[in-house]
Amino acid sequence: MELSINGKVQPIQSDPATPLLWVLRDELNLVGTKFGCGVRACGACTVLVDGAAQRSCLLPVSAVEGKKITTIEGLSPDRSHALQKAWIKHQVPQCGYCQSGFLMAASALLAANPRPTTEQINKSLSNICRCGTYDAMRAAIQDVVEGTV
Amino acid sequence: MSKTDDKTASSGKPKSMTRRLLLISAAVVGGGLAVGAGYIQNKASRNKAFVLTPGKGEAAFGAWFTIDPNGIVTAMSPHQEMGQGIMSLVASLIAEELDASPAQMRVIQAPVNTAYSNATMLLDGLPFRPDDHGLLAEGARWTMRRILEAVGINATGGSSSTRNVIDAVQHAAAGARQLLLQAAAAKLAVPQGELSIDNGVIRHTSGKSVGFGDVATAAAGMPLNPGTPKPRSQYRLLGKTGMPRIDVPSKTDGSAQFGIDVRLPGQLYAAIRHSPVFGGTVKSVNFKDKSAAIKGTVTGKNFVAAIATSYFAAKQAVDAAQVVWDEGANANLNSADIFARYAKALDAGEGFVYEKRGDVSRPANGKTVKAEYRAPFLAHATMEPLNCTVLHTGSKCDIWCGNQAPLLIKWLAGKAAGLESEAIEVHTLMMGGGFGRKFEMDVINEAIEIARSMPNVPVQTIWSREEDMQHDFYRPAALGRFEATLDDKGMPQRWVTHIAGPSIMAQATARMAGMAGGGMPDKTNVEGATFLPYALPALEVRHSLVDAGVPVGFWRSVGHSFTAFFVESFIDECAAAAGQDPLTYRLALLAANADDPTAQRFAAVLQTAAKMAGWGAPVAPLAGHKVGRGIAVAESFHSIVAHVAEVAVDAKGAVKVTKVFSALDCGFALDPVNSRAQIRSGVHFGLTAALFGEIEIEKGRVKQSNFLDYQMLTLGSAPVVEVEIINSGAELGGLGEPGVPPIAPAVANAIAAATGNFLHKMPFNTAELLASGVA
Repeated sequence: MELSINGKVQPIQSDPATPLLWVLRDELNLVGTKFGCGVRACGACTVLVDGAAQRSCLLPVSAVEGKKITTIEGLSPDRSHALQKAWIKHQVPQCGYCQSGFLMAASALLAANPRPTTEQINKSLSNICRCGTYDAMRAAIQDVVEGTV
Repeated sequence: MSKTDDKTASSGKPKSMTRRLLLISAAVVGGGLAVGAGYIQNKASRNKAFVLTPGKGEAAFGAWFTIDPNGIVTAMSPHQEMGQGIMSLVASLIAEELDASPAQMRVIQAPVNTAYSNATMLLDGLPFRPDDHGLLAEGARWTMRRILEAVGINATGGSSSTRNVIDAVQHAAAGARQLLLQAAAAKLAVPQGELSIDNGVIRHTSGKSVGFGDVATAAAGMPLNPGTPKPRSQYRLLGKTGMPRIDVPSKTDGSAQFGIDVRLPGQLYAAIRHSPVFGGTVKSVNFKDKSAAIKGTVTGKNFVAAIATSYFAAKQAVDAAQVVWDEGANANLNSADIFARYAKALDAGEGFVYEKRGDVSRPANGKTVKAEYRAPFLAHATMEPLNCTVLHTGSKCDIWCGNQAPLLIKWLAGKAAGLESEAIEVHTLMMGGGFGRKFEMDVINEAIEIARSMPNVPVQTIWSREEDMQHDFYRPAALGRFEATLDDKGMPQRWVTHIAGPSIMAQATARMAGMAGGGMPDKTNVEGATFLPYALPALEVRHSLVDAGVPVGFWRSVGHSFTAFFVESFIDECAAAAGQDPLTYRLALLAANADDPTAQRFAAVLQTAAKMAGWGAPVAPLAGHKVGRGIAVAESFHSIVAHVAEVAVDAKGAVKVTKVFSALDCGFALDPVNSRAQIRSGVHFGLTAALFGEIEIEKGRVKQSNFLDYQMLTLGSAPVVEVEIINSGAELGGLGEPGVPPIAPAVANAIAAATGNFLHKMPFNTAELLASGVA
């Protein structure tokens, strides 16, 4: 089996039933995508599949064959994505463990809807942050929406 | 003294341990473990005691930083990073003294060395009010300091890291600044007095300049003596914009390395399953999964594990294993029985008295207010599930993990590794949350046991979220009874507090130091319920130790996490009984102690938070909801925080916290941006507990298993939190924890204001609100 990850097609040895999360982390050493709960509840494992945010901890790799997968490592080559710049400007991360998932979820939302409502933001970013970086995150997203990063 | 439990009494330990040993063991696990070398040695000897080994071309300045030929300053953080920003703070202290540019600053984890130990957190564990400088308190601190000097433990917790390192780092950096100037003067052949430092460049009045990298080697060749740190009035970074956190960019592109991200050549992965019942053991196991990915299995005393080429394969194998458990003595334990035992202890009226003054017997006259409050067990639920990577060669054991106490691991892992402490090397990575969970040795000892079964192969053991949640060292469940008698003006003349629950210290001394400390008073049982600055003429604070067998540990803000809910809710009940406004009532209780500086600080944060919230003005209405505003204040870890919460309660009893206003007095906010972030973090952590947090025990097992039934605050449910800082000039306080304690009572008091119902039980349950007639 082959997977297209961050613009690169690569062969995969893992069993096709293996969730994408563990293929990324344990086979491909793309460890920016995090394990948080294993039940699609926390969003730490969020990646983009053909541009849409997907939680990868229960997603078998067989289901994403032939699709374009983007992980946090592929969000930009140099932290130049507007969300990354805004995240740094507003010093969003604390422990940082959940932030890859939030950034991927936010990037999918804004790509599809550059001016989301608060309700749409809350719905798309239902991930969990245990450090409570929500205030800074709201300010960072607002900056990106307003184009003021 | 409180009674020790039966297990302690029959443990076979000598009855009278030496006082010294007891104190050390108390220190090792005390009040939050933010241990570093801080104040325990004099500054000069500490800086001379350990000098970094510089890399090629680098110059080392004592234990604290190196400078490379390009002028890059690399700070050593004795404290571990879990999101609190301590590593960048250490770098910013050095940048301030050197007048370095933030861009030239780096920071790494300091080597594991007793030079970086500290006593601050442990001294906080002593049962004295922080501002008590009386003979007994100071004498105990002096004694403890001496002992800690010999022990040299190194760890991070108790919101003490900055307080611990600031003195030594600032003096060393101020000394190094003089050496850099001296070396620059020699190099430029000008008088040192004509030099200044501007953003990392050493400039002469003539316009000539050199960089740090040009003179670092010459400077480091001269003896480093402690210098005089800048006065606060001359700060450029500290207290102002601060320095951007050095770790933040790596946390936006996936490159930050957490313990779970360690990847070593040939690494395998282990999944683990513990006895579902606390204290249970493995009777027999049949590993049914024989697939090629499975490289080994391990049967421990209380767990089974499978080792495979990926975590997913290992997890499948461990899930498929047929295990027969001996469930042991706790097989019938449940939450209701535990609280019944607490209630029985409270009924008996015995226990250890932590504070007493005046006559607390119930008078014949006066209005008496009574309330009973209850707090559940809570899991830490760090976002990064527990994990530890171990390479055991037979003669050496390397350990990679995020942890809050590297030196403790070095000392305590020897038994599991079958090696002397010298053969154990600890590599500390960033933690995806700590909150007190990452002091504990269980995950490390088990990972060692698993990796020892495959010598020379690095094995990363990862706990599933379910294992993490069901095999924690929980925030103790507690039950507290409060009784006050009010005078004719409504002010409490007597105040009686009696709390029941297990002792964290007793359990932690037993598991970490191998000694039963069950008989010791444990400050964490009642911290936050003692030494209140309110005028309470007659007072008693008593605690009954009841340990039902549930493992308990240090959880962000420790005892304050429930005592603040108890005390500050009860203050509101007294205010209501007196027919007074909760803010006015608190200010009156503080004004009666007006000569107490802590009382003045309490009043200032209360007034600030109240002003921010527009206290007294009506809360903005919300259709279909009852709205209300509540206030609470607490001192913890030397900082004082007041929160005002605004809530809306709908007809079904669902609670929405709409806005929080916070006022912080930590003495002086060195980094105001991160100080606010830490207070917000504490609010969200405490709010999660107040609204949702409950670990229930059924048949010796934890009922909750994952985020689906142990709910967390999300972006949609998290209120906006505004924070104002009061730089009172009091001694420095901590920041990681003090935002947590007062949020639960602020919300409870707001719900009471909205609905007329005082809450007595965490979490704030919708059904209970309904039953009490909210709808």
